[in-house]
Amino acid sequence: MQFDLLINAIIAGLMLGGFYAAVTAGISISFGMLDIVNIAHPGFIILGSYIAYIVSTNFGIDPIVVAILALPVFYALGTGIYGIYFQSFEKRGQDPLRGLAFFFGLLFVTEVVLILVFGVDYRTVDTAYAGGSLKLGVMEFPLRMLVPALVSLAMFAALQLYMSRTFIGRAVMAVSQDPQALELMAVDPTRIKRIAFSISMATCALAGAFLIVIQPVLPSSGREYIGRVFAICVLGGLGSLPGTLIAALLIGVIESIATTFYGPSWAPAVSFGLLLLTLAVRPSGLLGR
Amino acid sequence: MSQIMGQSVPEEAIGDVPLLAVEQLGKRFGGFVALDTVDLAVPKGQRLGLIGPNGSGKSTLVNCISGTLQNETGSVTFGGQRLDGAPAHRRARLGLARSFQLPRPFRTMTVAENIRVPLIYTVGARAGVHLTSSELEDRCMEVLTLVSLQDKAGKNPFDLTQVEMRKLELARAMAAEPKLLIADESMAGLSHSEVEDIVALLIRMNERGVTIIMIEHIMRAVMAFSQRLVVLVSGRKIADGAPEDVIKDKDVVGAYLGT
Amino acid sequence: MNTPKFTLVLAAVAAALFIAFRLIGNDYLFFAGYTVLQYIVIATAWNILGGYCGYVNFGSAGFFAVGVYSTVFFYNVGQQYDVPLPIPLLMVIGGIMSGLLGLGMGYLTLRLRGVFFAIATLALLVVIETFVVNWSFVGGSRGAYIIPPSEIPVLGVFIHYLFLLMLGLVVLSLVAARTIERSSLGIGFATIRDDELAAEASGVPTLRLKLIATVVSGALFGMAGAPFPYYIGYVEPGSAFNLAYSVNAIAMPMIGGTMSWVGPMVGALLLSTLQQVITVTISSAANLLITGLLLIGFVILAPKGLVGLWQSFTAKGKRS
Repeated sequence: MQFDLLINAIIAGLMLGGFYAAVTAGISISFGMLDIVNIAHPGFIILGSYIAYIVSTNFGIDPIVVAILALPVFYALGTGIYGIYFQSFEKRGQDPLRGLAFFFGLLFVTEVVLILVFGVDYRTVDTAYAGGSLKLGVMEFPLRMLVPALVSLAMFAALQLYMSRTFIGRAVMAVSQDPQALELMAVDPTRIKRIAFSISMATCALAGAFLIVIQPVLPSSGREYIGRVFAICVLGGLGSLPGTLIAALLIGVIESIATTFYGPSWAPAVSFGLLLLTLAVRPSGLLGR
Repeated sequence: MSQIMGQSVPEEAIGDVPLLAVEQLGKRFGGFVALDTVDLAVPKGQRLGLIGPNGSGKSTLVNCISGTLQNETGSVTFGGQRLDGAPAHRRARLGLARSFQLPRPFRTMTVAENIRVPLIYTVGARAGVHLTSSELEDRCMEVLTLVSLQDKAGKNPFDLTQVEMRKLELARAMAAEPKLLIADESMAGLSHSEVEDIVALLIRMNERGVTIIMIEHIMRAVMAFSQRLVVLVSGRKIADGAPEDVIKDKDVVGAYLGT
Repeated sequence: MNTPKFTLVLAAVAAALFIAFRLIGNDYLFFAGYTVLQYIVIATAWNILGGYCGYVNFGSAGFFAVGVYSTVFFYNVGQQYDVPLPIPLLMVIGGIMSGLLGLGMGYLTLRLRGVFFAIATLALLVVIETFVVNWSFVGGSRGAYIIPPSEIPVLGVFIHYLFLLMLGLVVLSLVAARTIERSSLGIGFATIRDDELAAEASGVPTLRLKLIATVVSGALFGMAGAPFPYYIGYVEPGSAFNLAYSVNAIAMPMIGGTMSWVGPMVGALLLSTLQQVITVTISSAANLLITGLLLIGFVILAPKGLVGLWQSFTAKGKRS
């Protein structure tokens, strides 16, 4: 029945949106708050997927647990990349476009390295809950979608708490608005940005694990998320975590409905079309400042 | 003149019309009122000083007049023409030039090339003007000599000192051969004698028929320069008149000079 | 050197190259050479918007693919009515299509800050690809076959003809880039790259100039893409929208230098030749890895590219 189909499309969309929120959280911090256009972000998410894949298949640990263990690794990676970015671009005050090309190169290199190591085959992981699903009347929640969506929401809540309650979190919010005010408070904006960028990279570990729980992963899978994450980030109003969450759920639902009723090949155009429209009509986002 | 600019006024009628007329101008940023119904009429040939504390809306006013920002309410009329919605480059071609508070040189070009831009795109784009490349060179050096940057013509803007950078910023506005020049805090950080140089330069330009609005914090320069003084506080005009009267006004003293 | 003289010199060099290739007589040379030439056009096209105006286009593959699919479309139409269109005409049509796309994108994203513009181009790429994948007349996701004529009058071998066409396009794009660079248009473009607010205040009509740049750049991409179906014979979205085009379009000017027409040409010549060699000797994945690493290395260490390195090298030589 059409109605059942619609209900389940919306539910699937909400869960998909929960996952998109995790994918976008990092971009929302780096691009939205720090003005660092890390288009390599989706590439590092795929790296997270592959790390979850190796450890999980070799030691039988759940990929999401692997991701939590890998958080410090990605945090350190973020610190390293920010160091290079700061020394080469921010400090020299060069135009941000070269920085953009730098991240574009990183995206590309990450992908190619993964191809060289793992080849171009799909990789999957087995989880205890992969086949299971929760049923409520006509509504169906496949656990493979539900678990990542819920953990993602938890991560989002933690990030939001950190940003609004801790000193460093507030300083991150401040750095996007007025770096000079921070200096007056004797806080080093570079240090704050480094921490925030590292956090944004750490989210890649989790988002990557979610991705490989939900679907098989290819080295080039990151590409389809580039436009999507920026669409969500811009739609949600730059640098607003709650806005990002709402936009992620919205895109998830719209894509899911498009897939259910028009076929999966149209899904990408939906979010990208929405992004183009937003950029053209209201660059500050639907919920923007 | 194009339709977008509205009706143009016959030349002989301009005599009584001020060169620049700002009427009931308003501009908001979100909830913050940057400009609140400002009126300002500047007759041709005047040297006007515009002062006010930081955040009083001076730069927003300049931006709305020059088209860098678009005003939300009210109107700007220049030489009898309504400017509403006109982009900044068209206002520049009409004869409205401005310098930026923080110098914004074209950083991949030499000093001389920086000056060439308004010569090509403003002066050269006016009806009936055609500059040959040697005329372009001559005018370029002429402008640079005015601000004594002629020896730096081939340098990159980043090799200039702070003072020279400010001079370049001013020179680029002057090169557009404007009817009205708005100098936005072009003297911050300059020494006593450099301030005097710039004031003298602006007065010389004024004597050649250019109307000038000077926005400045340095009161010594403002008093030496201005024939008329306008004070802006919190987006409102609180005083307007002869400089020596305005600085004695108790509202002005209370709101600005007193603090 | 004035433009007519420069055009003549360039055309003479091109002709000499073509004659030399004919004398060597190895068709592989023409196949490999075609790719290198194609990348010179692509790098030059990207640089007109990216290098001159400072607007980074990540969607180069989309503009290229519009040229490719314009040819597939008109080839199919031609098959139906039995009026095959000549390739030079298809190149002009492809150029017009991509130019129109550039105009549309320009209007849509005119007021966006540089970074948003870059993201919008990426989005545009995916939107176009999705439409092509779902459009069965041009083959959809299955792809489409183009059968090249086996014999060409005068030249004989078909690939020689394609090579010659691309050579002509290289001459056209280099002359266009150099002419723009030295005209007041080029100065206007540079002011946009440096500071749009200051440019407007100096009388530069920035929006109109940006539109000119997106149209010219788009048209060159389209013209480079139009002969491609004839080159590979079978077109599918994966090859026409290959990310390698987007990456190379950025990497080649960045490695060569973005400030003049010389940079993209040098970058494309070196990188594309290197890629041909590595693809044959090692693997195509290794070739992409090296491209990415070179791009990163150059933006960090030599922001002005090889041309910049050369200039500072000769400047030092003069001083000592």
